[in-house]
Amino acid sequence: MNGIHDMGGMHGMGPIRPEKNEPVFHEKWEGRIYALNRALGAWGKWNIDAGRHAIEQLPPADYLRMSYYEKWLVRNIGLLVKHGLVTQEEIETGKPAPSSRKLTPPLTVERVVAAAARRPNYSRPDTGAQARFKVGDRVRARKINPTGHTRLPRYVRGREGVVDRHHGIFVFPDTNAHFQGEQPQHLYSVRFRAQELWGESAAPRDAVYLDLWDSYLEHA
Amino acid sequence: MADDSTSMDRRGFFKRAATGAAAAAIPGDMHAQEHDHDHQVVPSDPALRTKALESLLVEKGLVDPAALDAIVDMYENKIGPRNGARVVAHAWVDPDYKKRLLADGGPAIAELGYTGAQGEHMVVVENTPKVHNLVVCTLCSCYPWPVLGLPPVWYKSAPYRSRAVIDPRGVLREFGTELADDVEIRVWDSTAEIRYLVLPERPAGTEKMTEEQLAALVTRDSMIGTAKVAALGGDKR
Repeated sequence: MNGIHDMGGMHGMGPIRPEKNEPVFHEKWEGRIYALNRALGAWGKWNIDAGRHAIEQLPPADYLRMSYYEKWLVRNIGLLVKHGLVTQEEIETGKPAPSSRKLTPPLTVERVVAAAARRPNYSRPDTGAQARFKVGDRVRARKINPTGHTRLPRYVRGREGVVDRHHGIFVFPDTNAHFQGEQPQHLYSVRFRAQELWGESAAPRDAVYLDLWDSYLEHA
Repeated sequence: MADDSTSMDRRGFFKRAATGAAAAAIPGDMHAQEHDHDHQVVPSDPALRTKALESLLVEKGLVDPAALDAIVDMYENKIGPRNGARVVAHAWVDPDYKKRLLADGGPAIAELGYTGAQGEHMVVVENTPKVHNLVVCTLCSCYPWPVLGLPPVWYKSAPYRSRAVIDPRGVLREFGTELADDVEIRVWDSTAEIRYLVLPERPAGTEKMTEEQLAALVTRDSMIGTAKVAALGGDKR
């Protein structure tokens, strides 16, 4: 979707404000919502792409106003209700429904360290997807405007680049976010010259690299 | 605080939170209409709402509060940019390791024990006198957690995400990093599950330093690419 989250190339967002000796969490609740997000993910009811898409669907004004972890809070409440782990009424009352039975969390304290060290894997090497491109190929990012989730930013659509690296076969977010299957595709790192993206005023040597799936691309 | 007022507060903001959740779950044009009626997607106190959400989820058996404590502890105390700094210092002193690291980042980083979420597929990009790398995620805030920990606020902010790709030299200048015109800047926009770590240049005058001393020089920002590593007394950000 052409949402506010797709920020690459925008102006007017103000100066960058690095903070000296920044804490990992500025307030306790930020750590709690971060941890809740991880613990709830262990139920396997949604996936990382659906989680990202939930944030993209926030109204643009709210997206810009809310802090990072506020977005995570709202995202998790929305996903919990949507996927039936919690009812709307439970959210409203703050109490479990009398009829609900107590469950056992999949992520217990004993499992945290092992679960954190595991490398979840989004690569699907054995699915037999065909690669249409190889390193060195000239490609163009397709001019498409999907209304659902996509990882093809607006600023490269219609622009030409060169395949710099072949990453392998990976879960396709555009379908996975909508629970339409992983539909794995080849994934490439594509190099776009800064001048191709931004015009002559960009530095002639500079480049931007994006990781793009096979169906985002066409031969140039 | 009396029980009554606690439960009232809790009910009150949960109701508002629920409105927010419902709004967030409504796609497309329905959303705009809904939004006119209820502008307040996020009530003022996320701390209170998070607390109430956590108690509900614990009561329902959906999360283990001790597991939450352990996750917070891990990211506050164990997983952070010191991990990445050790990777960088090791690559500086061990040419074979550096070769493995640049060829296939994930397994080489795992050799030092750093694995886990958001570090599944690692690519390490090397700075040289002629090439400077800068990492961003314009679409959200993707970041290599196992080697750098959780991202700083500025990395997740609209100013950085919007400008890193269109004006990397301006962004670097804001961080006090000035690059000559003949240096090529490569910006890596993390649009997939590949996570990027910059291998900064080893500063001159550090030939006699131990690996541990070298690791102490390596800053988080130098591994994102907004800064270089200073030999001594540099910014510790």
